Amino acid sequence: MGEIADPAMVRLEEGVRLIPGANAILGPLNKLVNWGRAGSIWPVTFGLACCAIEMMDAGAATNDLDRFGVLFRASPRQADCMVVAGTLSKKMAPVLRRVYDQMPEPRYVLAMGSCACSGGVFDTYAVTQGVDQIIPVDVYVPGCPPRPEALLEGFLQLQEKIRKEQYRWSQWR
Amino acid sequence: MTRPIAKNMEIPVADGEGERYSLRMGPQHPATHGVLRVDLELDGETIVACTPQVGYLHRGFEKLAENKTYAQTLILTDRLDYIAAMANNVGYCVAVERLLGISVPLRAQYIRTMVAEMSRICSHLLWLATHALDIGAMTVFLYCFREREILLDLFEELCGARLTFSYPRIGGVRQDVTVRFIDELQRFLDIFPSRIEEYETLIDTNRIWLKRTVGIGKVTGEEALALGLTGACLRGSGVDYDLRKHQPYDAYGLVDFEVPLGSDGDIYARYRCRMEELHQSERIIQQCIDQLPPGPIVGPDAPDLVMPNKAPARIEAGTNAYGTGLIKLIRDRNLYLSGDVYVATEVPKGELGFYFISDGNNRPYRMHIRSPSFIHIGALAAIAKGELIADLIANIGSLDVVLGESDR
Amino acid sequence: MESMAIADRLRAEFPDEILHSYLNQGQAAVVVRPGRIVDILRWLRTAETIRMDHLRALCGVDNARRREPGLSRFEVVYNLYSIPLRHEIRVRAEVGDKDPAIDSVVELWPGANWLERETFDLFGIRFNNHPDLRRVLLPDDWVGHPLRKEYPLKGKEEWAGMTELQAKVRELDRFGFDPDGHAHGQAAPEEDEP
Repeated sequence: MGEIADPAMVRLEEGVRLIPGANAILGPLNKLVNWGRAGSIWPVTFGLACCAIEMMDAGAATNDLDRFGVLFRASPRQADCMVVAGTLSKKMAPVLRRVYDQMPEPRYVLAMGSCACSGGVFDTYAVTQGVDQIIPVDVYVPGCPPRPEALLEGFLQLQEKIRKEQYRWSQWR
Repeated sequence: MTRPIAKNMEIPVADGEGERYSLRMGPQHPATHGVLRVDLELDGETIVACTPQVGYLHRGFEKLAENKTYAQTLILTDRLDYIAAMANNVGYCVAVERLLGISVPLRAQYIRTMVAEMSRICSHLLWLATHALDIGAMTVFLYCFREREILLDLFEELCGARLTFSYPRIGGVRQDVTVRFIDELQRFLDIFPSRIEEYETLIDTNRIWLKRTVGIGKVTGEEALALGLTGACLRGSGVDYDLRKHQPYDAYGLVDFEVPLGSDGDIYARYRCRMEELHQSERIIQQCIDQLPPGPIVGPDAPDLVMPNKAPARIEAGTNAYGTGLIKLIRDRNLYLSGDVYVATEVPKGELGFYFISDGNNRPYRMHIRSPSFIHIGALAAIAKGELIADLIANIGSLDVVLGESDR
Repeated sequence: MESMAIADRLRAEFPDEILHSYLNQGQAAVVVRPGRIVDILRWLRTAETIRMDHLRALCGVDNARRREPGLSRFEVVYNLYSIPLRHEIRVRAEVGDKDPAIDSVVELWPGANWLERETFDLFGIRFNNHPDLRRVLLPDDWVGHPLRKEYPLKGKEEWAGMTELQAKVRELDRFGFDPDGHAHGQAAPEEDEP
């Protein structure tokens, strides 16, 4: 056998390597579930400002998000992703946290636009400088506003992240 | 107490004796057009009291403008009414040009009129899409977005951006229109009237649409004016107030168009006003294309950050070559006059006004934005009282509010 | 009617209240004392050849850093327009420095309700006889009035609601799923709650 250079392998002692998660049943099952989860990300609508219009554009006819399995849900209880599109003002921040807390695990956050990533142009008294001060963010999509294709790329990156996860859907995470 | 709504069908009406129920339509809601919170007191399904709460998108525009130059504040105005960003830019530029006494060449005026009307079409299409979606007609949403995509592609051809343009600049526009842009715009105008008819066939005489919009949200002309409504909301009640006719700016005095007026003041009248405005916008753009004169696109005394028409004649040794000639030009003349002006323009939502106070330097001392959406949401409390919850959604849609403009 | 002619008629009607009037870029403005502002605006609204029925804008101004001498600290500016007669005027009412207050014009235009709330929110100018004077753009428990000139752009101390929220976020994150410890720059938790 040649040198196996995969950094995911755990080294026990010299010459012995343990491939984590190589369990014959759980490994493919993990892949199957991740394929299902990545192919049907359901975001909760959290459009705040201008980026919400580009998010609507990404969901409308020409750039269709539905072909990626992305369906916008109005209630956070039925969603597994939150696309924070727009500027987060300080008055809105507790509401954001409350909606995030209502989402069941596994949940992801996509910060869309410069204002959600870092406050954008608005470095003022009333704006939170970045949504990641309140909730943990998985994918940042910069732009002002990002094109619908950029948002699509953000979703594809999120899909890649989901596919690489190990057992997040189960109780062994 | 009951009231009849159809043959053999009656619904109970609130008579003030039932138990009050408080409901909060929170800031995160698919039908509130942004982060609007409405606190409702209900008696059954009838609204007894309605208190809108805004401020969830307050970004501090007016304070930020005091720390930025006039050219830097221009990019902020895109984010006000982000659905029709060109119209905001034009409004801002017209106000600053009045404040500082800057003239705009005729070609730039025609181009600005053209893009402002294209923006009006974009805004009304999105209004129709979301209003119909809230009431329940989902097909209209997809149809309107199809047209909107064509317009956004045109904007991208013109200035590179789809939503936040900053294309009109103080003293003119950023760059000239190309022949390809005009050709594609003409092609759009050729198909657009048939598309408007398509939308009208979908909902104009639809029984459900009529039941949900006729007679709902009625305001008389005096009430509307006292509440501060402007734009299609005021014209739907019969008051003839359109700033493009009352205080013409740019090339509006040189093109021929009509201002549609309603008479009933209900949601259906406002809807018809805006649909007619789509026809008139198309007419204005057609005339602008036909009458577009040759010439420069930027005035001779435009301030910083618009590229001069030719390179400066001499660049002094030891200075940064970029813009040197232009900066020298500004210091030679007393460009920044002091004083205050209030200039309003007709954006798709209503009357957008800028009140500027200048103190003689390159930053505004005070910029106040008179935003139509803020005042319309304030009027919601009076309009929605006594009606059903479902009518509240229709009312919010017909007032055509956007929270970015309201909260600034 | 010409803009300055309206200002002259106003001066003739209320000689004690008008301080001075001027013309700038074709727009006339009148600086008045705040005492009888409701009467002044009512006269402007109902007078026969003036009929200013549209209150376009109502805003506050803080004159602390202005170069022009002799201005009072705060002003409330009313921009009026007449739809039937197509002319306009601006009325600037001077308001003092300590506890600035002026009468509300809600009885003339109900739409001024929110505009006055906004001026109170951002400047701290109180409006007497206002039906519901509280903050509109900022949270109710915000401290300070942002558009005053001494208030810095990035704000003074943090809003109480924000510090509360950040404490809650730190507490809730102990239960979150965060194997890499990226969230909020904290170290990864030792074990997750099952």
